[in-house]
Amino acid sequence: MIKTIISEGLPVDEQLMIRKKVIQNGTGLKRICIVTGTHGDELEGQYVCFELIRRLNENIQFLDGTVEVYPALNPLGVDSVTRGIPTFDLDMNRIFPGDPNGHLIEHTAYEIIQDLKGADMVIDIHASNIFLREMPQARINVQMSKKLIPFANLLNIDFIWIHDAATVLESTLAYSLNVIKTPTIVVEMGIGMRITRDYGDQLVDGIFNMMKKMKMWYGTVSKDISKPMISTNGVVCFMNADVSGIIIPSVSHSVDVKKGDLLCQIVDPFEGVVLQDVLSPVDGVVFTLRTYPVVYEGSLIARIFSKTPCGETV
Amino acid sequence: MKQEILFQMKSPYRDDFKIQGFRFGEGEKSVAIVGAMRGDEIQQQFTCSQVVKNLIELEKDGRILPGHEILVIPSANHFSMNINKRFWAMDNTDINRMFPGYDKGETTQRIASALFEQVRGFKYGIQLASFYMPGEFIPHVRMMDTGFQNVKLAKKFGLPYVLVRKPKPYDTTVLNYNWQIFGTQAFSIYSGDTDTINKESAKIAWLSILRFLNSMKIINNNIHDGFNSSVLSDNDLETIKSNQAGILYSLRGAKDEVKEGDLLAKILDPFTGAVRSEIHSPIDGTIFFAHDKPLIHQNTVMYKIVKF
Repeated sequence: MIKTIISEGLPVDEQLMIRKKVIQNGTGLKRICIVTGTHGDELEGQYVCFELIRRLNENIQFLDGTVEVYPALNPLGVDSVTRGIPTFDLDMNRIFPGDPNGHLIEHTAYEIIQDLKGADMVIDIHASNIFLREMPQARINVQMSKKLIPFANLLNIDFIWIHDAATVLESTLAYSLNVIKTPTIVVEMGIGMRITRDYGDQLVDGIFNMMKKMKMWYGTVSKDISKPMISTNGVVCFMNADVSGIIIPSVSHSVDVKKGDLLCQIVDPFEGVVLQDVLSPVDGVVFTLRTYPVVYEGSLIARIFSKTPCGETV
Repeated sequence: MKQEILFQMKSPYRDDFKIQGFRFGEGEKSVAIVGAMRGDEIQQQFTCSQVVKNLIELEKDGRILPGHEILVIPSANHFSMNINKRFWAMDNTDINRMFPGYDKGETTQRIASALFEQVRGFKYGIQLASFYMPGEFIPHVRMMDTGFQNVKLAKKFGLPYVLVRKPKPYDTTVLNYNWQIFGTQAFSIYSGDTDTINKESAKIAWLSILRFLNSMKIINNNIHDGFNSSVLSDNDLETIKSNQAGILYSLRGAKDEVKEGDLLAKILDPFTGAVRSEIHSPIDGTIFFAHDKPLIHQNTVMYKIVKF
């Protein structure tokens, strides 16, 4: 069954509609929600929605509970290759918990929260942006980590990043749900504007694994569930461009690197010279890597998870 | 006046990105004024340019009072303005959501950091700001309720209203909030327009800044007192939302005084022209904000009215 949770008029002969697929079986009361498409250029979650629903439809007899899938919280953005909400200035993931008396989109954010409230688990799938590729990972606010890490461990992801509490993040969907006791995990994986099927399959396996542990899925699950690295067992090193130019990569994403390894070069195509050799400052795993070649000073190039302190860039 | 490059960054193919500052007087860091931080803030850039123009003349006449330094930064994002984008040209991030900035972070964090380094420590900070909803405002001073705000000072601008509002979580990364947290009395001036120049409202804004500087004895420039500002909070504004979508046929705009029952706007069917909805004022008051785009979504803010 597809339910419309928001339907508001657009100026000319169109409704802004936010819809969810509701799959229910058995008498179990557990409910999980899979939400994605908050940023219109992040499409990795689309495959997850498709594959999750496909597998559920084929084996619905093993479900005891409710799975709700929201493929596009920002349908205008997804359908127009726009990260934000067309005609609205603020990032959709910075306006939660919304405002029933505010702009249409703030009102929409409020209604989304009301609809998700009370779920036993919400997985909020993101896909970086067009600039960076991400290893499948959970992002968890340190304040909520105790409750959420056990669930994130089930999701067949490669990394759990426990981040500090930043006030600005209080306006995200995940934070807003967590504070009203609706447990929510943010999953980041892949890259904007693309679908990485392997990552999607990996996460879908993890969602079924989690449902099994939650006693709402009695079918088979993958036996090969990944045990993720956790950021609190090491440090996350950020590498930003020192100069503006064009990046020529030297390593692949999700690889182990040694201190001093060449990650990429920033070059000047006019002069044919290398402006910066970007070297790894540590031994570690490259879990974020820039793929978009044009960089300005400060552009993020990579994030490396390491067991040793980041120190100075080599 | 000293014109300085406050921040410079190379681009792969475009000209260098520069933030220019115009420094007047010497002495105590008295006031910093920031204009356009978004590429469509043309009204803000124009207003700031007029502030610079006036200060050049005042300085020539010896009317910037001794012991005061004034820094004006008319534009912090012309890379976007020159190509008709609102946010940062490369990655669409908003410089005014990056404060206090981080000099080792991403590009717009670095720009925010460099800008904040220049403007922090001033006694007063004035930003010419724009709003996230399209529309026209009554010129007003806006402050966040951080516990550090000083409403009495805000009234010195002589604008019709001073609006004090509770910050939302995302406000903690804007310039105004960080100015206050770091000890500067911060004011955002809303003159009513953004991507078009409205000379009348721009003049109200730049005169209000000169009035404030005169009142604080930073310049000597006698000017009429302006309004005895009314101080508002969000609760003093009645919000009227659209109950239909369509073509907006506005009959009343910002600054208009209205009576309960007055017809404010019609929403028209975009195919037949039939009136889908008539929007009437629920109260007596003054229109503080009016949506001013020709198309309107359903269930969105059309008007905010100050209750009498």
